[in-house]
Amino acid sequence: MPRFTLNGTAVALDVPEEATLLHALRGPGGLSGPRFGCGNEQCGACMVLVEGEPCCACTLPVAAVAGKAVVTVEGLGTPGAPHPLQAAFLAEQAGQCGYCLSGILISAAALLARDPAPEEAAIRAALEPHLCRCGSHNRILRAVARAAREMA
Amino acid sequence: MHRLPGNLQTNRRLSQWLAIHPEGRVTVTPGKVELGQGILTTLSQIAAEELEVDLARIEARPAATPDSPDEGVTSGSLSTQDSGGALRHACAAARAIFLGVVAQRVGVPVETIRIEDGRFIGPAGEIGSYWALADQALLECEAPAEVKPRAPGERRVAGRSVPRIDLPDKVFGVARYVHDLRLPGMLHGRMVRPPARGARLFALREGPLPGDAQVVRDGSFLAVLADTEWDAEAAAARLAARAEWAAADTLPEQAVLADWLREAAARGERSPVASRTDPAPPVARTLSRSFHRPYLAHASIAPSCAVARWEGERVEVFTHSQGPYNLRADLAKVLRCDPALLTVRHREGAGCYGHNGADDVALDAVLAARAAPGRPVRMLWSRTEELGWSPFSPAMLVDIEADLDAAGDLAGWRSHIVSNGHSSRPGRDPEPTLLSASMLAAPFPVKPSINPAMAAGGGAPRNGVPLYRIPAMRVETTRLLEMPIRTSALRGLGATLNIWSIESIMDEAAALAGADPLDYRLRHLEDARAAAVLRRVAELAGWAGRGRREGFGMGLGFARYKNTGAYAAVIAEVEALERVFCRRLWIAGDVGEAVNPDGVLNQLEGGAIHGASVALLEEVRFDRRSITSDHWEGYPILRFSEVPQVELALIDRPEEPFLGAGEASMAPAIAAIAGGITEALGIRPRQLPFTPENLARA
Repeated sequence: MPRFTLNGTAVALDVPEEATLLHALRGPGGLSGPRFGCGNEQCGACMVLVEGEPCCACTLPVAAVAGKAVVTVEGLGTPGAPHPLQAAFLAEQAGQCGYCLSGILISAAALLARDPAPEEAAIRAALEPHLCRCGSHNRILRAVARAAREMA
Repeated sequence: MHRLPGNLQTNRRLSQWLAIHPEGRVTVTPGKVELGQGILTTLSQIAAEELEVDLARIEARPAATPDSPDEGVTSGSLSTQDSGGALRHACAAARAIFLGVVAQRVGVPVETIRIEDGRFIGPAGEIGSYWALADQALLECEAPAEVKPRAPGERRVAGRSVPRIDLPDKVFGVARYVHDLRLPGMLHGRMVRPPARGARLFALREGPLPGDAQVVRDGSFLAVLADTEWDAEAAAARLAARAEWAAADTLPEQAVLADWLREAAARGERSPVASRTDPAPPVARTLSRSFHRPYLAHASIAPSCAVARWEGERVEVFTHSQGPYNLRADLAKVLRCDPALLTVRHREGAGCYGHNGADDVALDAVLAARAAPGRPVRMLWSRTEELGWSPFSPAMLVDIEADLDAAGDLAGWRSHIVSNGHSSRPGRDPEPTLLSASMLAAPFPVKPSINPAMAAGGGAPRNGVPLYRIPAMRVETTRLLEMPIRTSALRGLGATLNIWSIESIMDEAAALAGADPLDYRLRHLEDARAAAVLRRVAELAGWAGRGRREGFGMGLGFARYKNTGAYAAVIAEVEALERVFCRRLWIAGDVGEAVNPDGVLNQLEGGAIHGASVALLEEVRFDRRSITSDHWEGYPILRFSEVPQVELALIDRPEEPFLGAGEASMAPAIAAIAGGITEALGIRPRQLPFTPENLARA
């Protein structure tokens, strides 16, 4: 049972070592933010931060995060204390069905951590692993840029 | 019986639509469902407006049988019209009833009472409120014929952009989707699908499975149940390796799909769509053109999911179906039981653009859960099932002959639209249309899909009748009576091909007449609202003064969706490199009264980006046995790096009826991209998607 830090709390989730991190998070972890979309690293719906780097939780064995810090969208902020990205996504109404958003927020958070004032091309590049079928891309790009401005 | 607006006509009791609670809340219970389009926000605005209460007091409940009004299917861009129209009337009626009661009690004329956030203010001050009076018995009545909804000039909430009520949950990762349901004792189910369409399971080797997973088999329906998702997935993979199937070639040859459509059309059902024989000028020239599109996938971002639980003879189902009552009807047909034994509750799924796998997975959940009485079963499809087994939008072909007079104007039009039907939605046929119904030991037949009537917008021939002024016209369609690949409704239905083909002819005829594509369209249009969106989009894009750049081109597309719905005009700028990219889109829309203008813009933009994806990338691929584009690499959709910039203009008409926004912009965007390709490369696309291979054949 690998131990790791989940959104700031030490956890040991009861799953087989070879199970994926996504199973651990959605199963015994009880989270809903990381989402299953393809199981093959092709859509980004399951993106989480591992030691600050965006990773697809759908293929990563949970053993690989032993001793590491994992952050999901739930760890970015809460309705009472939203991350600037979450506030910006609401301000821009950046989403329709929203299924892709938790993964996109994670990649955007990683981007802003390494590049606080990204050009649009850099935002697009950071979000390239993510699929959005509703066509909310431009709103999402604006929301990330807005968050960057508000964090500056 | 008096005629009532929208779906109030068939769900006439006010209590079916709303309830007022003493603690200062209102619940509205529409039968339309949230698909990511924002309908619950729009309907809440309408209720808040008519009741004159703060929007925050309104709670829109997800639809469920048997208590929600039966509003059929959430489709066709009709929700604001049918559900919003009903709710506006119902809430206006409720307001009048409450005001009548309080006026009588206090003894003041009803006209002298005004409402402030639900409090009733008489000439001498506050005389009551909805909350003080909250009495559901007042709403246990049929809606009256005459009510007085608030006038357009009085509206404060409807017509104003408000934030989506569902979005906060979605940015904080709160459990909201059906996928997130966690019920006590819940088991996880996975399907084992045949390796080929129509394959039959003839042998299944026994052996242990991970997590002591339980096998559920009925004919060729094969599923596993386990305590955890991890075990269910591992067990499904193990079981698939132990299954032997009898398979045969049943699909057409993809390389010659257009030829197959022609052959199958000869055996199909041909019918007239529209005919006009006004006096026409002599024909100077005739354009004969054919257009073709492949099968298209919904490509929902989440695999379909449902949760089902049996208790004795009763079944409860949680689903992201577009039509809870329709689904209930088909589940009951498969189970051969009374529909009243089934409760179907809507929960949100990922974005839905038509009849995807939502209904199918609900049957899978119900069949699997039957093997575990009393326990909830969460059935989740794989990505492969979602892209490989959901219903597809059918491949299509249209042949057009357009007659031009000496001035180059349209004098005649003959077209023939060939396609499978565009609907196999549940609830409408005596037999169930759910996927696994055909796989059972006692299977149900798979009937060829049908087309909705033209009065309901049509299916294959949707938007097949040009809105342009043409004196002589004959439009026909052939519905195929064989269906090797299961087809059903996807955003726009046949409009995606029909609008592009009509607009392509308009561009070509304009060029022959030496006219600008915008001017040529305007001189064939009599509808002022159509002209208005075209002029607006031209202004937005700087169409008149546009320059030419090597490798770039601009094109224009217009339609009034279904010829009765929303107006949309789109201009696209494309760049031709190793393949074609759409760089910019300008969109002007007119949806009549826009309840949540920002929501309308979101829909118009999303639809156009969906159109760009279809135009440039999308094609269902298959061999003679199965769908091979069953993963994202095989069915690419537009990604962030190549999504065009979009500028929008909404022509708001608060005095006009709602027209629906979800499907209006998609096909005009495809047409505009085709026009841009012509300007950039000098060729007229004839086959979707506009890939280098297909453009090389143009």
